[in-house]
Amino acid sequence: MTMDLSVRIGSLELKNPVMTASGTFGYGEEYAEFLDLSRLGAVVVKGLSLLPKEGNPPPRIVETASGMLNAIGLQNIGIQRFIDEKIPFLRTYDTKVIVNFFGDSIDEYVAAAERLSSVEGIHGLEMNISCPNKQAGWCIFGTDPRVTAQVVSAVRKATPLPLIVKLSPNVTDISLMAKVAEEAGADALSVINTLTGMVIDIKTRKPKLANRTGGLSGPAIKPVAVRMVYEVFKAVKVPVIGMGGIMHPDDAIEFLLAGATAVAVGTANFVNPRATIDILDGIMAYMKDEKVEDINLLRGAAHAI
Amino acid sequence: MSRYFKAEIRENRPVHTVHNLLTLNVPLSMPEPRPGQFFMVEVNKGTDPLLKRAFSLFRKTAQGVQILYRIRGKGTEILKDMKEGSEIEVLGPLGTCYPLPSGDTIPLIIAGGIGIASVFSLVEQLSGRATVFYGARTKNDLLMHKELKGFAKEILVSTDDGSAGQKGTIADSLSAFLSRPQSPTPKYRIYACGPHPLLKIVSEIAREFKISANISMEEHMACGIGACLGCVVRTRDGYTRVCKEGPVFEAREIVW
Repeated sequence: MTMDLSVRIGSLELKNPVMTASGTFGYGEEYAEFLDLSRLGAVVVKGLSLLPKEGNPPPRIVETASGMLNAIGLQNIGIQRFIDEKIPFLRTYDTKVIVNFFGDSIDEYVAAAERLSSVEGIHGLEMNISCPNKQAGWCIFGTDPRVTAQVVSAVRKATPLPLIVKLSPNVTDISLMAKVAEEAGADALSVINTLTGMVIDIKTRKPKLANRTGGLSGPAIKPVAVRMVYEVFKAVKVPVIGMGGIMHPDDAIEFLLAGATAVAVGTANFVNPRATIDILDGIMAYMKDEKVEDINLLRGAAHAI
Repeated sequence: MSRYFKAEIRENRPVHTVHNLLTLNVPLSMPEPRPGQFFMVEVNKGTDPLLKRAFSLFRKTAQGVQILYRIRGKGTEILKDMKEGSEIEVLGPLGTCYPLPSGDTIPLIIAGGIGIASVFSLVEQLSGRATVFYGARTKNDLLMHKELKGFAKEILVSTDDGSAGQKGTIADSLSAFLSRPQSPTPKYRIYACGPHPLLKIVSEIAREFKISANISMEEHMACGIGACLGCVVRTRDGYTRVCKEGPVFEAREIVW
């Protein structure tokens, strides 16, 4: 049986639907020792800004039941160093490189997108408008529909690359935010970023994270993420990239059935550095067992009653 | 792939009320671990706890890789009950190691409590050259003391309650040791692992006596391979990863 695993994210064709979630895969090179990056549909790198960011003070992570909270604070080496030091390495692999990026203002988003658009070896952009670890004012990019519309359309005008917008789950109605991003020019939507959470140390009586709150990820959030992918799929026409607690092939398939065109593996990379490959192999085994010749036939199948 | 493998548990036995010694049968393809390096060890097949646990290399023997761990949470509670013969996933060896001292240098090794797990193999490798400052709460908490005697030149013990060696901290005995009038002053290098307050004091002593010092830092860790940026400590270069640029740092690099 021949199997077609390729999927389209806007104008971008991926050889298979397995991607990495930004912030969980470094700049790719950290994992090259453990797997062949060329087997991945796409590598989404750690979020970048025009200038390097120092990030939050430690402790930055804390484990929770079937998950973890992180408050890294978008520490990154800045776009220029990424281009100089990381892109040459990534270019040696036969995979799509998607750069996650963010700014502290609309102007910064635009400038970052422009800078990244002229670099050979970058195939797509993912806009982070939904990091839970930024100061209060920042989250309006991902939670206030008017601001979301402004920032996405400004970036849309600044880049010819496929533009993915990563949505926050920390909103009342994620399908509304999805529609806003789609109308503003997004080619695809990443659903979901982490959920804001807190853990308190009962001995010190203080939050365990120095940042107090952090983003919850891991298997604990998967049902929420699947539900949100399901809702967003109904609301928009652009492809949805599903993510949130994917640990095993079955989890990835659930997201596809909910309506995702592709999936991103995040926290699982920390537990098993080969998780992406294990998930890809498992998806292929499922397709063989279920006699599914084209992966696109799985998309949204859970919507048919 | 050789730093990510399945290891068989050869032995997992208590050496103290709350400490176990784990011996893992590791594949030949694993790179040789060096003193100061660590492993990420799977403690659970399920998702709670989710992450692997970071443990220092205690020793590498003909039996395999040994890890000395303290039972103090969900993960190690599960690990302590794992039986001989079971297989667990392991990543490693990871991180930086203690740089060995030159031939004319006297190594001073500081171990605070479970910090012994990280420096033991260094003492072993320096066969008979190291002066070890070993501190614990009580005599009963001096893990692997007898085994250590076979490898150290001398061991200066301090306990909080005075039940063995000097009453007080090892920082005090290190300070007293270095303050003795000596002529000419020998060339020393300090290596330390233990609680952060101890490492801070040791770093200050090292600076005061103008001695190079390497210290092993600890921070919550998710991936162990430099991807998550969770385990940072503040250094002169900003926030730096314990798992990649550490765990062994030059003491003067750390901003306390």
